[in-house]
Amino acid sequence: MTLEATHCLLRMYDDHHNLEDYQGGVPRWCTGCGDNAILTAMQRLCRDNDLRPEKTVFVSGIGCSSRLPHYMRTYGFHGIHGRALPVAEGIKMARPDLNVFISTGDGDCCSIGAAHWIHGVRYNMNMTMVLHDNHVYGLTKKQASPTSPRGLKSNTTPRGSYLEALNPLSVTLGIQNVSFVAQAVDWIPEVLYDILTAAYKHRGFSFVRVIQRCPEFLPKMFDPWLQNPQKTLVLTHERGLRLSPAMAKVYKNQQEHDPLDMDRARQIASIDDPIPVGILYQNPEVPCYEDLRHSGQLRTADYVRAGLEAEFDKFTVWPAEGEQSKPAA
Amino acid sequence: MSDTNILEPPTRTTKPPRAKRDVPTVKRNETIIEILSDSGEGAQRCGQSLASIAAKMGNGVWTVEIIPAEIQPPARSVAGASGNRVRIGSGPISNGGDEADLVVAFNEQVLLGRVRASELKPGCIILLESMWRSDRNPGVVASYTATYDQLVAAGYRVYEIPMEQECRKLVSDPRRGKNMFVLGVLCRIYSLDHDLAREQIAITFGKKDQKVIATNTDLLEAGWNWADANLDFRYSIPAARATQPQLVINGNTALALGVLASGMDICAMYPITPATSVSHYLSDVFERVGGLVHQAEDEIAACAFAIGASYAGKCSVTVTSGPGYSLKQEAIGLAVMCEIPMVVINVQRGGPSTGQPTKGEQGDLLTAIYGSHGDAPKVVIATSSIEDCFYAVITARKIAEMFNMVVVVLSDANLATGQQPFQRPQFSESWLAPPFDQSDIAAGSKPYDWDPVTGLARRFVPGQPHGMHTLTGLAHDRDSHVAYDPEINEEGLRHRSLKLAALQKTLRPPNVFGEDSGELLIVGWGSTKGAIEEAVERLRAEGLKVSSMHLQFLQPMAPGMKEIMQRFDKVMTVESNWSDDPNDAIIDEENRRYSALAMMLRARTLIDIDCWTEVRGRPIKPGTVAAAVRAKLKQ
Repeated sequence: MTLEATHCLLRMYDDHHNLEDYQGGVPRWCTGCGDNAILTAMQRLCRDNDLRPEKTVFVSGIGCSSRLPHYMRTYGFHGIHGRALPVAEGIKMARPDLNVFISTGDGDCCSIGAAHWIHGVRYNMNMTMVLHDNHVYGLTKKQASPTSPRGLKSNTTPRGSYLEALNPLSVTLGIQNVSFVAQAVDWIPEVLYDILTAAYKHRGFSFVRVIQRCPEFLPKMFDPWLQNPQKTLVLTHERGLRLSPAMAKVYKNQQEHDPLDMDRARQIASIDDPIPVGILYQNPEVPCYEDLRHSGQLRTADYVRAGLEAEFDKFTVWPAEGEQSKPAA
Repeated sequence: MSDTNILEPPTRTTKPPRAKRDVPTVKRNETIIEILSDSGEGAQRCGQSLASIAAKMGNGVWTVEIIPAEIQPPARSVAGASGNRVRIGSGPISNGGDEADLVVAFNEQVLLGRVRASELKPGCIILLESMWRSDRNPGVVASYTATYDQLVAAGYRVYEIPMEQECRKLVSDPRRGKNMFVLGVLCRIYSLDHDLAREQIAITFGKKDQKVIATNTDLLEAGWNWADANLDFRYSIPAARATQPQLVINGNTALALGVLASGMDICAMYPITPATSVSHYLSDVFERVGGLVHQAEDEIAACAFAIGASYAGKCSVTVTSGPGYSLKQEAIGLAVMCEIPMVVINVQRGGPSTGQPTKGEQGDLLTAIYGSHGDAPKVVIATSSIEDCFYAVITARKIAEMFNMVVVVLSDANLATGQQPFQRPQFSESWLAPPFDQSDIAAGSKPYDWDPVTGLARRFVPGQPHGMHTLTGLAHDRDSHVAYDPEINEEGLRHRSLKLAALQKTLRPPNVFGEDSGELLIVGWGSTKGAIEEAVERLRAEGLKVSSMHLQFLQPMAPGMKEIMQRFDKVMTVESNWSDDPNDAIIDEENRRYSALAMMLRARTLIDIDCWTEVRGRPIKPGTVAAAVRAKLKQ
């Protein structure tokens, strides 16, 4: 065996990853929290796509969901409340070679970080954002969130919340340059995994809303959907989600939906019962901001110098060669 | 406007029109010229061109923009005055000086504000557009004649110039041509190089077509010839052309060139006055050296974007002004906590709140040093000249990456638009950021392996194998694990703080301008340097034992300052931020609020340092500083 071949084999060995390679700290989420399902699906996704841990960054804001990077064994950035997206955008702009994922919650994304959400969709940078939407603030102990259903009693709305819930899917589908919108639920992990994989493989900004349970503060909220598979509307398409035969037997409420059909996607987005699950919209043609912005030029010192000297030239007053300035007549 | 009556020569055109070709040329060491117009009439372009021509002749120049806060303020209004002050000298000029020697005004209203603000020297020459004397609107005529009469009565030498009438011979819309006519007039008055002036027109309108250049050259000539034939005074400000190539730019362009030269790749910003022109220029040229400007959706996003880019690659920069700087505070704290290098440029304006967007102030010093909640040590440096704006960014980037710290560069609106020639920098590869590290991390290395003496730790950059960790804004241990133990919390605070001390150990004591000891030491920082040092020169010429010391590093502060201060009987800061007046009825030693630097220095040195401040939305004048010092010495 030649030396090169040995190296090649070693590389293959190196590049083949196990689930453990992506498992970081032991999750401190509550038992039964939907975050666990998302974490597991993400670890599977990394393994199955052989993402190099050092080339992968999980970015988050603040909230229960945003603890996720700590439980991955990749690079992670657990930042400040609402600002996961601009941090992730900076990372992706500086390093298009990195795989960037964002974990955010309904407070983090839809409330304090709402501006960044709208603009993040518009930038359409090639990364995947998961909105962990449990309809309530968990880390700060049960306050109403923008996605809380009207009437939810919480510590800040003891007589029930006043406003209709914000619909993250409709909002996202209303933003120019949207290129991937999907919805999953934490209690169907196989479909969750398939959707996250499709999101990862989409080139552009993938927005995945995962409706998830909060066993601590809204323990019964999704019981009707758990108990009755008919209350889940599965969107299937050859370019979208395809259910396994076993799943198809359970989730019989299916609908063929072409992810290129924006008008239908918007109609589906407004349905909250049954909960639509699948890929609502996907348009691979939307350009990515980082591709629009990068010149692809290698920045050598000579290159920078040439550019800088050219700018200096524009503003330079050269000394006269042996000539004094002539006093005007 | 085609009514011929209106175009009739004003009855008192060029009151002393006897001017002749053999008018003697009076030599001056320096002069201050102001050009004022309604917004959109091009007085700023005229002033900048004048400054460039003088600079090319080898004169020292400094320009101060006179800017209305609105884009289109009402015509002929006091608040709408737009223009430029140009100070031209035989030697180097470091500030806008005191009062103007000559003012050109396109109408009497824009002039009034400057007169009322005492910006004109007694007996100052005023060149006034005369068209208003025969305006259709009797109110305008009345206002014009009344103002004219008052100015003459006040002793100003007022010359009426038929600018509109002269320009109409060449262009159909004189409103758009007057500025170059005036440039011609001024070039003649100040004996500036005729060829350089023509060249300057070609540069100024270089992006337009040949016809525009030709028309404006004609206007320049017309102004020149008119002045030649009609004015009875002429000056020259002798200059020795520099032996080294000089750059003539304003502070914001210098900051942007500094970004280019520092090797940073990414600037994230959100539009804000008076910082935006840094990004305007950078947006135009950054891509030519492979960088990019990201205009974010808001100030917070701009800062977070820069943090993300720095974290994953080279140090990045965000550019802002006061309100934006406030918005960024939480994100800056994150960068401090996670030890991510970042350069934050704050081109200060008047505050608080929206304050005075187009006016300079030094009100952000304490926010820059202490901003963000908790103990968030960061480096703060201030620029004090146009040249300094360029080099400060390079220094800031180096410190940021060497210490993994946030470095705040404080400039202000006065430097932002002020122009001053300085020696063209010699490119050095050492300015550039090295490529970020992508090497393997040795087993057992920790992402926060703080050095016990300096607090420094190596930064792990994504892509480095075996360096995987989750950076967090929560209190964390050396492994970047969230930790609430009291010891670990203090360990993190201690090491982040130690880095400032480590940097401080590398600094040199500031230079003293003037004698090393004496009666009074003035301490300043930022854009006031030129005015302070000019005041010191004047005071020393009067025999007063006054010196000054100007600080570049505000956090950490250079060593040896206390020792310097102790060699003087009195120490006083001069700053453009608020301090209580000790003469106010209820102000006493117990409740007086000192200016920012004075507060810092008093705490650090335990010396009874006084302060003198002015927050008038205009650059502090050397004459004002000198007067304040004389008063202080009499105490």
